[in-house]
Amino acid sequence: MSEAERGWPLWEVFVRPRRGLAHTHAGSLHAPDAELALRNARDLFTRRGEGVSIWVVPAAAVSASSPDERDPFFRPAADKPYRHPTFYEVPEGVRHL
Amino acid sequence: MEPGRERFERTIAADERIEPRDWMPDAYRATLVRQIAQHAHSEIIGMQPEGSWITRAPSLRRKAILIAKVQDEAGHGLYLYGAAETLGVDRDELLDKLHSGRHKYSSIFNYPTPTWADVGAIGWLVDGAAITNQVPLCRCSYGPYARAMVRICKEESFHQRQGYELLLTLSRGTPEQHAMAQDAVDRWWWPSLMMFGPPDDASPRSARSMAWKIKRHSNDELRQRFVDICVDQAAALGLTLPDPDLRWNEERGHWDFGAIDWDEFHAVLRGEGPCNEERLTRRRRAHDEGAWVREAAAAYADKRAGVGAAA
Repeated sequence: MSEAERGWPLWEVFVRPRRGLAHTHAGSLHAPDAELALRNARDLFTRRGEGVSIWVVPAAAVSASSPDERDPFFRPAADKPYRHPTFYEVPEGVRHL
Repeated sequence: MEPGRERFERTIAADERIEPRDWMPDAYRATLVRQIAQHAHSEIIGMQPEGSWITRAPSLRRKAILIAKVQDEAGHGLYLYGAAETLGVDRDELLDKLHSGRHKYSSIFNYPTPTWADVGAIGWLVDGAAITNQVPLCRCSYGPYARAMVRICKEESFHQRQGYELLLTLSRGTPEQHAMAQDAVDRWWWPSLMMFGPPDDASPRSARSMAWKIKRHSNDELRQRFVDICVDQAAALGLTLPDPDLRWNEERGHWDFGAIDWDEFHAVLRGEGPCNEERLTRRRRAHDEGAWVREAAAAYADKRAGVGAAA
């Protein structure tokens, strides 16, 4: 196994299925640089026309919230039902609201 | 119970998915690495038996289909290596283990493909058995594996259909072509049934994998499902399945079938199959001969990064 190969970084691949939709995570792959990562991503994730646009991002560049503290991390949203429209009472018959 | 384990148990019980950065038992992680790696290796080695027919396909149409199929197998291998890497292993390390024989791949690929009809029989029976095995894996408890399987299953159905169509064409062709199709089915039927693994009472790890929801159905259950599906499909092909004991069991509502030669299965697994040595040798050679491409791509990336930094 060559050093060169071990050095190929991991890229996360995001594919936009069609215009008007956001890019979504499709998977990951190894490539020496961004250009080849894009080509590999095309061959790997869009062999049947699954996308019209691809992003590749070095996996090392992704920062993520910690799964260990996911409950406390997202807790601030849990006790704020007034952020949802269904929290509010509207008299019968009022329209377009 | 420690909080990580408690959350893991709760997630499994609720039929939700475990994701890469979640706490998981070491044995769960090790089981998945072993299973996903073996699955990835099978896809990559599985390119060989059919790949050798690309240059000899009987028409441009068949050749284009076969190239697309073999390319899909490579893609499936990559999805699966990617899923395995989310568990903290390195793809190069997995390939090392394949090349040195420390990791196994599905023993089905150690059988030869002497005729064109084998391409059809592999598509219909081998890919058919794989689909039967893999559809439940789309609901596997480990998220990245389940997601890879969704993509794979979608693509496998083309593989199975092209094989079936190929066999149908041969079966309806000249007597020689019909005989060639029958011969391929005769050779691939039993090894395909072995693809579901040892019988339930001889499959020690199954129970734990089922408890973890990695596996959803037992080996024998899936094997029976596959036999039941194939009987009518064989009849529609105008071909027979090589099992004199195959008969409908009204009481069970399933097809009864003959005894599987597990000695053969274990011998092939031990490396005594017709093509074990050939498959591994070719895989190692392809890897070694591709080294200069990998090195060149890395050198080019380094050079460009250097130019970028200087500018």
